[in-house]
Amino acid sequence: MGSISVLIEWPQKIDNLILKDITLFKSVLQPEIKEVLLDAVPAYNSLTVFFDTSKIKYTAIVKNIKEIYKLNNQKLKITSKLWKIPVCYEDKFGIDLDEIAKVKKIAKQKIIQIHCNTIYDVYFIGFLPGFLYLGGLSDKIHFKRKSKPRNKIIKGSVGIAGNQTGIYPRESPGGWNIIGNSPINFFDINIETPCFANSGDKIQFISINKKEYTEIKKQVNEGIYLIKSETYG
Amino acid sequence: MDNYILILFAGLQTTIQDLGRKGFRSYGVSISGAMDKFSLILANKLLNNEEGLPAMEITISGPKILFENNTSIVVTGANISPKINDKPIELNLVYKVEATDVLSFGKLIFGSRAYLGVKGGFKTEKKLNSYSYFNGITSKNIVEKGDRLRIANYNSEFKITSSKVKVKESHFKENRLEVTKGPEFYRLSKKHREILFSKKFEIDNLNNRMGYQLKNKFFIIEKNEIITSAVIPGTVQLTPSGKLIILMRDCPTTGGYPRILQLTDIAINQLAQKKTGNKIEFYLK
Repeated sequence: MGSISVLIEWPQKIDNLILKDITLFKSVLQPEIKEVLLDAVPAYNSLTVFFDTSKIKYTAIVKNIKEIYKLNNQKLKITSKLWKIPVCYEDKFGIDLDEIAKVKKIAKQKIIQIHCNTIYDVYFIGFLPGFLYLGGLSDKIHFKRKSKPRNKIIKGSVGIAGNQTGIYPRESPGGWNIIGNSPINFFDINIETPCFANSGDKIQFISINKKEYTEIKKQVNEGIYLIKSETYG
Repeated sequence: MDNYILILFAGLQTTIQDLGRKGFRSYGVSISGAMDKFSLILANKLLNNEEGLPAMEITISGPKILFENNTSIVVTGANISPKINDKPIELNLVYKVEATDVLSFGKLIFGSRAYLGVKGGFKTEKKLNSYSYFNGITSKNIVEKGDRLRIANYNSEFKITSSKVKVKESHFKENRLEVTKGPEFYRLSKKHREILFSKKFEIDNLNNRMGYQLKNKFFIIEKNEIITSAVIPGTVQLTPSGKLIILMRDCPTTGGYPRILQLTDIAINQLAQKKTGNKIEFYLK
């Protein structure tokens, strides 16, 4: 895709096995072409590799990438992290929960339970700095995007749009149905790696009350909150 | 003591830009950087700066700037009738300015974006390895009236040796933009392709650092979405309503519309000098 980047594509679908293959390939590729690599950007079914054109030619890098893919050791195991994300689903934040409950004829508590019981895959980060594209939302709570987007959705809002769920890393306009809010930062400009999560990681939401929300928010602002995580797979 | 300039008037869309923020796209951070990299690099070269130092990007209508200290400056890119103390100055020629001198701009003669380079570059906030202004990354996303921007301290030993450089007219006047085929080019029929490379497209008023929308309706194609995938500056997207959008330096890292063409970097620089109503054509590299 242009003279500075190479687009590597997988079959056109959203699939957990493709995510695994891309994540594995990325981890093999990065050290191999470290000298010329500027960035390796995954998406659902692609990996875009940006390289330094002053150090290597397009044709050479393509040949290189192909050879590395052939060598790709399928037995290599990559461990990912499971991040526990606190979310307050109370009325103050979950402004569209009533609407979803009414249309879907599911109790609010049940929606929250379904949302929290799933372990989501982080496919990639895009759209806004720190916006995680998550896969795995239960079809019981798929809910169509709002026909009229809101002008302002507050930072940390957790939403549902169609078969997707996600968190707004900062204030933004948007058409997602908002079911809660997380007090943690998904993008911190002052840290060298501004996002804690990587593609291939897992996310689980943990329901918290307003009091816990305020306490965590305070710790986040003081820079002392540690997001709970465990090794996965 | 640090050196500063004071913004007396901001202009239409004035920002600080360098060659962009590399290496953070996998966190969703746009590349950004000068819309017309050629003119930014030229400004730095004329000042004997490193080529990627931050400069001021000025769009269509220029700012008014008071220098609080002595330095050397150069204006490259679009001709927005630059003046020092109300006396017209030439583009691509280094001038010495002294404390209390005022740089202002006037009528737009050609192009769309000018670059003000200062000796040693601007010393504004650096975030994620870049000085480029971007909403949510740098604390400011636009230069405003009253801002005091830090610039490098002036080195009096610096001698002006460069003579005036003439930039090829084609950089501003070329209406044919060089492209390569995009990943979804194959979705276009033979007829679509013929029209894509023979038609003149007009730039819509929806044009900014994120992208340029083209006014003419192109074609609505059947498979009009893709699974969200990478986009980069210069990617030409075909929207479900049949319009073409050319993404520019501040574009998001991913998108969901078919990517039918990709502008070369030269073509992006040329497009950055165009404005609403200008006509363009595409040709394959």
